[in-house]
Amino acid sequence: MVEVKNEEKERIASEDMGVQIENQDGIELRSFGTVKRWATKRSLWMVHYCTGCGGIELAPLMTSRYDMERFGMHPMVTPRQSDLLLITGYVNIKTLKRIIRTYEQMPDPKYVVAFGSCPINGGPYWDSHVTINHLDKYLPVDVYIAGCMPRPQSIVKAFDMLMDMIQSGKADGYLRYKKYYDRYKANQEKLFRKWW
Amino acid sequence: MIEILLYIFIPLIASLTGLLFMGIQRKIIARIQNRRGPPFYQQYIDVLKLFSKRENISHNWIFDIGPIFAIVGLVTTLLFIPVGGFSLLSTDGDLIVVMYLLVISGLGMALGAGASGNPNAGIGVMRGLTLMMAYELPFVLVVLSAMIYYHTTSLSEIVKAQKSVWAIAVLPLSAIIADIALQAQFGKKPFDQPIAPAEVATGPIVEYGGKYLGMLMLAHSIGMFVEAGLFIDLFLGGGIIFHQAGVIYQILNFLFWILLVFIIYTIAVIISAVFPRYRIDQAFVFYWKWPTILAIIGLAYALGVSAW
Repeated sequence: MVEVKNEEKERIASEDMGVQIENQDGIELRSFGTVKRWATKRSLWMVHYCTGCGGIELAPLMTSRYDMERFGMHPMVTPRQSDLLLITGYVNIKTLKRIIRTYEQMPDPKYVVAFGSCPINGGPYWDSHVTINHLDKYLPVDVYIAGCMPRPQSIVKAFDMLMDMIQSGKADGYLRYKKYYDRYKANQEKLFRKWW
Repeated sequence: MIEILLYIFIPLIASLTGLLFMGIQRKIIARIQNRRGPPFYQQYIDVLKLFSKRENISHNWIFDIGPIFAIVGLVTTLLFIPVGGFSLLSTDGDLIVVMYLLVISGLGMALGAGASGNPNAGIGVMRGLTLMMAYELPFVLVVLSAMIYYHTTSLSEIVKAQKSVWAIAVLPLSAIIADIALQAQFGKKPFDQPIAPAEVATGPIVEYGGKYLGMLMLAHSIGMFVEAGLFIDLFLGGGIIFHQAGVIYQILNFLFWILLVFIIYTIAVIISAVFPRYRIDQAFVFYWKWPTILAIIGLAYALGVSAW
């Protein structure tokens, strides 16, 4: 039963290879000038929504040890005011519904950073019936951090990378989500069967 | 001439300087918490980012006019407040007008936030109006004591009457109570129940993002100038250090007024950085107990001295 489900997931993943698009193919980046992109990268506000075990890594990141407010990042409590969604650890199906809901409430431009190996390929929970293995099938992820769990240094490195990607216009996850919304939606509905 | 020019640009100056002060405030809080903190120009980056958001979610037209209501109410109030000894709209009884106008921005925010339909916004609005009712009582008593002491209801007359000695020296009790009320007007820590992030998810502004939030940040920085400016004009002699006529002295008075705003705001920030948060009922009981009793004593003192 579980194997069939996994095979199904793999099939969806192979179909979604088309989603991996490059920056230059008709993605709209007009009217988003260098100054605006600089301001966006220097003031990333993140949703204070911790899933899985990575939330504990954010505490030293926010406090005086690795003070992330140096880069203008600080937690916001509501998705309407946020630019950055952190997926901190494994994602089970029930949480994914909430994550998608949160993601869709955030105004554009918005970015997603996935922590650890669980959102990449399932990690230690790869054969669980309640977790998903590939987050990128359901949500566009801009930066992955490998590790179980990543240390704060590597998280800071990932944020640095995300800032570079925003400045060069490569962080286009929200555009991908809009362009291929039907495919993402189909994957989500296939997983949830009945929406909500 | 130069004063009128200054006055036309005061909303712009207030919003831009207020953003700088808020950036320095974040730096101060970071140093108190043994962090490095963001750069001092971080608030400008935040506002730029908020105004460059591609998507701005609106719910209805009342939601749209909420921030406009707030910013217009504060700018109108600012025109009544003497800045460095000069007031554009100065009449008899303008202190009473200011007391009424101060409420308009809060009510506008309440209107817009209530229209968003978010339960957190509703709770935040309820808390904000309750807190307003709590701190207005001692604050009105303090304003009354200043009115009675100087026998006038005009702010510019009160400023002129403090030429020899500031009111903080003759009415110290009232000045302390006004500063306690100022802590709630700024929305700083022991009294930040309306926007408590961990309880009601920033309260009234929970649904405001993008350009709306950018406008609310500008309104907040103008509000800082209005509230601190009222305190300066009532108790710190309107920030006037040079009484000679002349353009250069006018500008120096203006700059000193802005410096006083910064000092008063910094005191509120430092108090805020080390305090936890009251519950709303505790804050209400606090304001209607000790500050009110002390304000009544201050009022009686002002009455006695002026009758003497």
